[in-house]
Amino acid sequence: MTSAKTLTWAERRHKWSATLSPFGFISPYFLIFGAFGLFPLLYTAVVSLQDRNLLDADGATFIGLGNYEQLLFHDPYFWNAMGNTVSLWLLTTIPQILFALGVAHLLNRRLRGRTLFRMGMILPNITSVAAVTIIFAQLFGRDFGLVNWVLSWFGAGRIDWQAGTASSHTAIAAMVVWRWTGYHALIFLASMQAIPTSMYEAATLDGAKGWQQFWRITVPLLRPQIIFSTVIATTGNMRLLAEPLLFNPGTAAATGGSDRQFQTAALYLYEQGFTKYDFGYSSAIALVLAVVTMLVAGLSYLVTRRIQTD
Amino acid sequence: MRPKTTSRRIRLMAGAVCAGLAAVAALSGCGSGDAGGGKVRLSLGLFGNFGYTELIKEYEAAHPDIEITERTASYSDHHKNLAAHLATGGGAADIEAIDTGYVAQFKATPDKFVDLNTAGGDQLRDRWLDWKWSASLATGGQQIGYGTDVGGLAICYRSDLFAQAGLPTDRDAVSALWPTWQAYFDTGKRFREHAPNGVKFMDGGPTVLNAIIGQAPVGYYDQSDHLVVASNPALRQGWDQVVDAVKANLSAGLLYSTPTWNTGFTQSQFATVTCPAWMMPKIKDQAPDTAGKWDVATVPGGGGNWGGSYLTVPQQGKHTQEAVELAAWLTAPEQQAKIFTSQGLLPSTPSLYDNPEIAGYTDPFFNNAPVGKLFTDAAKELKPQYQGPKAGDVQTEFGNAMQRVEQGKQDGAAAWQQLVDDVAKLQS
Repeated sequence: MTSAKTLTWAERRHKWSATLSPFGFISPYFLIFGAFGLFPLLYTAVVSLQDRNLLDADGATFIGLGNYEQLLFHDPYFWNAMGNTVSLWLLTTIPQILFALGVAHLLNRRLRGRTLFRMGMILPNITSVAAVTIIFAQLFGRDFGLVNWVLSWFGAGRIDWQAGTASSHTAIAAMVVWRWTGYHALIFLASMQAIPTSMYEAATLDGAKGWQQFWRITVPLLRPQIIFSTVIATTGNMRLLAEPLLFNPGTAAATGGSDRQFQTAALYLYEQGFTKYDFGYSSAIALVLAVVTMLVAGLSYLVTRRIQTD
Repeated sequence: MRPKTTSRRIRLMAGAVCAGLAAVAALSGCGSGDAGGGKVRLSLGLFGNFGYTELIKEYEAAHPDIEITERTASYSDHHKNLAAHLATGGGAADIEAIDTGYVAQFKATPDKFVDLNTAGGDQLRDRWLDWKWSASLATGGQQIGYGTDVGGLAICYRSDLFAQAGLPTDRDAVSALWPTWQAYFDTGKRFREHAPNGVKFMDGGPTVLNAIIGQAPVGYYDQSDHLVVASNPALRQGWDQVVDAVKANLSAGLLYSTPTWNTGFTQSQFATVTCPAWMMPKIKDQAPDTAGKWDVATVPGGGGNWGGSYLTVPQQGKHTQEAVELAAWLTAPEQQAKIFTSQGLLPSTPSLYDNPEIAGYTDPFFNNAPVGKLFTDAAKELKPQYQGPKAGDVQTEFGNAMQRVEQGKQDGAAAWQQLVDDVAKLQS
């Protein structure tokens, strides 16, 4: 304490610089986050308390929690969209993590052209989501779709994929899983390669076979990556917009099917904001969706954390 | 060494600043990066096929200091993007097309657009059909857009498929088959008896329903912008008729403007489609192989309108004056005449309707049908219907409701009830 008094100017400056410069180094991130993350979030929060037309900012009126009250207690279409979102979350996240584990496991073996396959895994992910969706929508076409054509070999009737709830969710989940499995597989593969082979050798000596080794050694050791992938997949799927929007384009794209059977919460937000121009209401949806996303991400973190590490 | 890196860094920074500026205002030139070197760049935001490509070349040739680019999106994307760009005050094209179904919604915020009345429009108003002019007129008297085409109504039909089903193929005889919509659906039942395998009579319920609604004296809204869907008997009657037709297995169950509907044209899934004039270039674009197989007959019930557009000049543009001039030129009678003979879009300028070049025009794609006479007759008979603020959204709800019936999810009464509830939510 007393020694502080005796510090020279130069020493003091050095001390300040040592204390402050780390903040300087990390400040760009926080400045950018503030401008593009925090400010929009706060602005959305303000708008969500208003009755406001998208095109008419001057005509906004403050209505307090009115939008939230309407949304949470008097809007069955919001809950329908939430239900669809959760359904699609389950249909996409679980298969995509399991498939990715399997694919990574296969790619981790010695096989011919391994690098080529590994590179190929990322291809679906870097393809434009619009292109993917348009092609999948063709594949899942009612009258001339490839999927129905293949199903017809097995005597299955023609499925109107867009019309039904389960069928439309299946088709959309197929797009998402196809797009993201490779991404997660590469993450898993990278950490699989970090597992020392001695662990597998020891397990082999103990008499553990392939699958036993996979579930008892590989998966537990991948726990941090699985948690990461699950949380990333969860937050991504809670915001699912492009796939349902483009699955049935035309004039009714934003409603997600004739009976909103595949309208996700993000798509409902889009409909309210950009077809109904109800900016305040869609902002309220955005905030509720953000809170729900955090809850669901936390939930999936808790679930995946339970993977045994022995 | 040092000066070199510095100058390089400055260049890099200048480049980055340029790129940033370019992103903010796509039209602003940045130093020598502007290829045109002082040219005024105008952009056109369109949906579907407006047939402007040739006209733009002509305009650029006459105005060497102007460079024009077109960007085209799908119908609903285009209007949603426009709303977003107007809301954020940036990103809109210098000229933005707006469809009839959306014009009332946009004219509610006239200050987002250049008031064409103060930019010379008041001198030009005699060019347009009265109702076309007033449909884009804001309550304060501001004119937000110049009319391009009007829809008009007709029925396009596949004469080869009609022949296979044992129906008459001559267009006058076909027109005589359906003086009313009921007669049209009855013809459909005759078609069904001997139709080629897999071919339905009509593309989908929503398309036909839009035509029937377009003929009613009052549509979704009354003149004071109140939704009258639930209380307008014409709508319910049309709805019931189309539901019956769907139940009678006359519909291919396709929703217009979707990829599956487009495929329907190439795969010959249906024999008739409701044809506003703008439908003709769509068919040509979608199914060029069917040239000569299509023909055009009159619409049941006589007259009616579906669609037609406006060219607006958003206030946020950098070159609004040049944009206003271009919009006026593109919608002038001479240019509308060229678009009619090249694309088939029906002019909104009545001075052309008695022009022999227009009235005598026949289209080889449609088996040399006298589309000029057919559509100008339809346009003269056309009784304008008032379009309220959210007409486009109401139309979407109608399409969804009819789809629920076609997909077997609901019966006609339940789908109608849900439709009325959904539409009521649009009133606020």
